[in-house]
Amino acid sequence: MNTQPEPANPPLSSVVRPKAPGKIKHYLTLAIILLMIWGSAAQTDSTLKELVQGFPNMLDLLREMFPPKWSYLDNIAEAMLETIRMALIGTTVGAILAVPVALLCAANLIRNRWITYPARFVLNLIRTVPDLLLAALFVAVFGLGPLPGMFALSVFSLGLIAKLTYEALEAIEPGPLEAMTAAGANLVQIIVYAVIPQIRAHFVSFTLYTFEINVRAAAVLGLVGAGGIGHYYEVTLGFFEYDKTCMIIMFTLAVVLIIDYASTKLREKLL
Amino acid sequence: MTTKPWNEIAPKPKKKASRWLIYAALAVIYIWAFAGIPFNGIKETAGQVTKAILSGLFSPDWDYVYLPDGEDLLRGLLDTLAISILGTFISTLLCIPFAFWAAGNMSKFRAVSGSGKILLSLIRTFPEIVMALLFIKAVGPGSFAGVLALGLHSVGMLGKLFADEVEQIDPGPSEALIAAGATRLQILRFAVLPQVLPGFLSYTLYRFEINLRSATILGVIGAGGIGTPLIFALSSRNWDRVGIILLGIIVMITVIDLISGAIRKRLV
Repeated sequence: MNTQPEPANPPLSSVVRPKAPGKIKHYLTLAIILLMIWGSAAQTDSTLKELVQGFPNMLDLLREMFPPKWSYLDNIAEAMLETIRMALIGTTVGAILAVPVALLCAANLIRNRWITYPARFVLNLIRTVPDLLLAALFVAVFGLGPLPGMFALSVFSLGLIAKLTYEALEAIEPGPLEAMTAAGANLVQIIVYAVIPQIRAHFVSFTLYTFEINVRAAAVLGLVGAGGIGHYYEVTLGFFEYDKTCMIIMFTLAVVLIIDYASTKLREKLL
Repeated sequence: MTTKPWNEIAPKPKKKASRWLIYAALAVIYIWAFAGIPFNGIKETAGQVTKAILSGLFSPDWDYVYLPDGEDLLRGLLDTLAISILGTFISTLLCIPFAFWAAGNMSKFRAVSGSGKILLSLIRTFPEIVMALLFIKAVGPGSFAGVLALGLHSVGMLGKLFADEVEQIDPGPSEALIAAGATRLQILRFAVLPQVLPGFLSYTLYRFEINLRSATILGVIGAGGIGTPLIFALSSRNWDRVGIILLGIIVMITVIDLISGAIRKRLV
């Protein structure tokens, strides 16, 4: 604390301003970012000229897409149901598999680093592979159809739900755990009576959230042959039937928005 | 509040009848779901192929990492990285006006921010891979279609995150500047921008991580990047090559995640 009495109004010229922090770091960062963007543009052959040239094509495409061909709905309704089924089963299987994985990753339940760290490493590895890539792999293994799509979604959901759940697990109230440990409970009893009641609502919420993501993902898995409505994009685009493509897009949008809305409402009720 | 006697046992919470209704509904949904999936469609070669892919992962085709001429792993990965960098850049530019449009504290009427939010969620729902399909029809196959698809699709999520960030700013600095007679542009520059910039940058990096994952699959439909050689290797059953490409993707995503995560930690 400065004990010297300050002059009431120091003349402006005598006020020593603190030196502004150096800007050189910011300029350097900016330069690096600009360089990266320029390099990327060169690598991908992206130029404004190409965008301007492509613009009339885009307008043509939009003009051909509207009005959508409503009668095509009859053809794709069954595929849409298959999409939802895939998402549902994929999410469920993933959620069930995620429980043990999440428990293995939680450092406040498993006190052994030699278990939690490898488990997290495997989990991170799973999460690096995008869902469509998983689907392409599973199609190569199991052949075309909704089954590989389901497997892909299961693995993808496992990664996502397990990560969200183990982070929630590590944030639970330690009180009940300690009380049960003090009373001599074993790990299974602690999990059943102290952990599950605290985590159940979160877990269901994460599962619903993953289901929302999976419905969107399942809608495009058909592009690699993994079942669902995505297959029809290639069929219609291949024959230049853009009004049908537009119908698929609008139908998918509508279904996704309805499911999102219902799921969000449910999740709000849960937490 | 009335105090209860200490020895009264609290009644157990009653289980609601509606709970059973929910369980029944769930059961019906699952029966419907499982009944519709053909479980007999597994090829008999499945086990063999799995073994081949696994052995491919453990004996990858190292020669493919760098070929002096033409398509190799490094060039494919570089392409993927470039697509995601440029896509993220475009979406960041595009979504700043959207963010201020959709932020509730930037306009007087709720209809304005509400319409912005609805538009953003519509963009979010439109899958990037479908956008890429449409852009391929417009500008032809190649990386550029992928860049445009990522750039447009990311606006949905980034715009929402940016708008949330704008909504959370402290009104104090802007009010002080208004009181001092600053113009709207000056308020934006000296009161709003310093508050939102770290959040904006952090979300941009986060979206970049997501875009990198998306960019690896864009090639599956011909929108550039590593996905194209991967799908060729898969369909020609060249498992060693599949192995090296998968390894490459996993390593690249892990490394970029680490770097981006470290920068994000320092930003916020």
